[in-house]
Amino acid sequence: MLQYIIRRILIAIPVLFGVTILNFFIINLAPGNPVDMMVNPSATPEQLAATKHALGLDQPIWVQYWNWIVQLLHGNLGFSYSTREPVTQILMAHVGPTVLLMGVSLIVGYLIAIPLGIICARKQNSWIDYLVTGFSFFGISVPHFFLGLGVIYVFASKLLWFPTGSMNTLGGDGSFIDTFNHLVLPVLVLATGIGGNMVRYVRSSMLDVLGKDYLRTAKAKGLSQFLITNKHALRNSLIPIITVIGIDIPLLIGGAIVTEQVFQWPGLGLLTIQSITSRDYSTLMAINLLAACTVLFANLLTDILYAVADPRIRYD
Amino acid sequence: MGELLKVDKIKTEFQTDKGPVTSVDEVSFDLKEGETICLVGESGCGKSVTSLSIMHLLDRNGSVTEGSIRFEDKDLAHASEAKMRKIRGNDISMIFQEPMTSLNPVLTIGDQLTEGIRLHMNYSRADARSYAIEMLKKVGIPRAEGIIDEYPHKLSGGMRQRVMIAMALSCKPKLLIADEPTTALDVTIQAQILKLMKKLREESNTAIILITHDLGVVAEMADKVAVMYAGQVVEETDVYTLFDNPKHPYTLGLMKSIPHITNPDDMRLNSIPGSVPSARNMPKGCRFYDRCPHAMKRCLAEKPELKPIEDKQAHSIRCFLYEEEEKNYEKKHAEKQHAEKEVSS
Repeated sequence: MLQYIIRRILIAIPVLFGVTILNFFIINLAPGNPVDMMVNPSATPEQLAATKHALGLDQPIWVQYWNWIVQLLHGNLGFSYSTREPVTQILMAHVGPTVLLMGVSLIVGYLIAIPLGIICARKQNSWIDYLVTGFSFFGISVPHFFLGLGVIYVFASKLLWFPTGSMNTLGGDGSFIDTFNHLVLPVLVLATGIGGNMVRYVRSSMLDVLGKDYLRTAKAKGLSQFLITNKHALRNSLIPIITVIGIDIPLLIGGAIVTEQVFQWPGLGLLTIQSITSRDYSTLMAINLLAACTVLFANLLTDILYAVADPRIRYD
Repeated sequence: MGELLKVDKIKTEFQTDKGPVTSVDEVSFDLKEGETICLVGESGCGKSVTSLSIMHLLDRNGSVTEGSIRFEDKDLAHASEAKMRKIRGNDISMIFQEPMTSLNPVLTIGDQLTEGIRLHMNYSRADARSYAIEMLKKVGIPRAEGIIDEYPHKLSGGMRQRVMIAMALSCKPKLLIADEPTTALDVTIQAQILKLMKKLREESNTAIILITHDLGVVAEMADKVAVMYAGQVVEETDVYTLFDNPKHPYTLGLMKSIPHITNPDDMRLNSIPGSVPSARNMPKGCRFYDRCPHAMKRCLAEKPELKPIEDKQAHSIRCFLYEEEEKNYEKKHAEKQHAEKEVSS
C-alpha cells in the first residue's frame, strides 16, 4: 500500500508539469495582456514597451514559462501584476474563506443527503422517496447564480434575516456569530447542489445492495433493521459515495466561482474572477496549480479509501 | 421427544401489481426435537418460500395469509417483528443455497460470526471471539485463528458454507433450516458438508428442515420427507416408506426419473410429461391433473386433501386414488378413539 502511494505521488509530478504547461500557454494565448490593465491610458507606446520589458513580458513565451517554472521550483510564485503583492500572500488570504465555505457546505450537504438517500432506498417508491428525489432533481438542475439571487432576494432583501454577501460585516468585530450569519445563504445554495447530487448516488447504490443475499443472512441472524441497513448495507454501498466525495473535494479549493461571485465571498473563486479580468497571470497560474494539486490529491485519497471500504480492492 | 414445530395449512401470498399470487397453499408438516424433515420438489414448488415464511424473511410484498405456524408454544405466523428478531438466529437459524453471496464481502468472518453470538448470548467481545474460533474449528476449518480475521473472498465455496453453518449453529438453535445447502457445491464438498451436518445434528440434537431437490440427499439425511408440488405437500411420510412404498403419482414419477446403479447403460430415464401450472392460474382441482397418468374426471373438478392412510409409519397422501385407504384409516381411528373413550369412561 505504501509503495502504491509513493508510486502515485511520483506519477503526479509529470502530470503537474503537464498541467502547468497547458495552463501557461492557454492563459497567454488569451487576448489582452497585464500591462494594458496596469498602466494609465495616456501612457506612450515607449512607456508600455519599457514596462513589458521590465516584467519580462517581451520575451518569447517558452522563455517566460522557463523563468516561471524555475522560480516555482525555488518556491517563488511571483508577484501579482495588479496589486504587486506576493502571490503566496494573496493566495493565503483567500484559501481560508473558501475552505470554510466549501467545507461547511460539503458537510451540511452530506449530512442531509446520505441519511435521506438511505431512507429513499429503504422506502422506494413511497411519497418520501418521490419528495426527496424531486428535491434532488431541483438541487442538481437549478443554476447556482439563479438560486443564489433567489435566496438573496427572499432572505436578505425581503425578510432581512441574513446579510446579502461578504464574509463579515464591514467594521464589525468579525465574531463567529457574524461569520455564521454570512455563511448561511451561500452554504444553503452550495449544499443544495452538493446534497442533491449525493442523494441520487446514495439511493441508487443502496438499492443495489438492499436486494443482496448477505442482507438476508444478516436478517436471519436476528439483527435489527438499523444494524442491517447501517452496518451491512451501507458499507457495501460506499464505493459510489466515495467516488462522489472524491469529485467534490477539489471544489474545496477550486471554489464555487459563481456562488462566491454572487455572494461576494472573499475566497479563491472571487479571486479567480478578479485575476481573469485584470489579466493577473501570475495569480491565475498559482490558483490553477493549487487546483491541480487538489485534484491529484483527491484522486489518490479516493483510491486509498476504496481499499479501506472494500477489502477486495488491493493495490499490490 | 417433544413437538417442536407444527406448520398447519399455511398459505403464503405475494402482493403484485397484477393482484395477489399464491405461492404456497395448504402446506402442513410437523417436526419433533432432533428430527430432520426434507422438503423435496422441483424448482418453484414453494420449498424455499415455505421456509422463508417460517422465518418471516419473505420480501416485503409476501406474507402468510392463512394457517398457523407453532414453534414450541409460540405462534410464528402472527408474531411481531420484534419477537421474530429474538427467535431468528437464536432459536431458529438458517443456511442458504449460495455460499458465495450469503456472506457480507466487506466484513471479516469474525465480525459476521460474533455479531449473532454477542446479540443472543450476551458474550463480551473477547469471549465471543474465542467462542467463534471454537465454532470454526468445530465445522472443520483449518487455522481458525487466522481465518477469523479474513474476508469471505479469501475462502472457497465449501469453506464459506462451513462458515455459514458455524454461524447458524453458534447460538445452539433448536431448529436449523437449510435451504439447498449443498446445491451450489461440487460433489465431494457436498458429501463433506452433509457429513458435517449429520455430525453436528447428533452432537446438538438440533431439528433440521432440509430443502432439496436431490433425492440422494434425502436418503442420506432425512427422518421424514414432505414431497411438494406446485405449492402443496402431496405426500408426507418417513424416509423408508417413501423409498419403499411411494404412493402419490408425482412421487412415483420422481422415483422413476432417478438413474439407478443397476440400470442398463442404454436405458432411458423416465420423465414426467408436461410442466408445472403457473401460480397465477392454478387448476381448481388436483394440481397434478395435467401430468398425471392416473387422472380421473373428478380430479379436474374436486380438490384432493392431504389425508393419512394405514401404513407401517405415518403416511399422508393428497390423491383420490387412495380415497378408499384414507376412509378405512379414518374409520379405524374413529373406532379406536371411541373404544378408548369407552375404556376411560
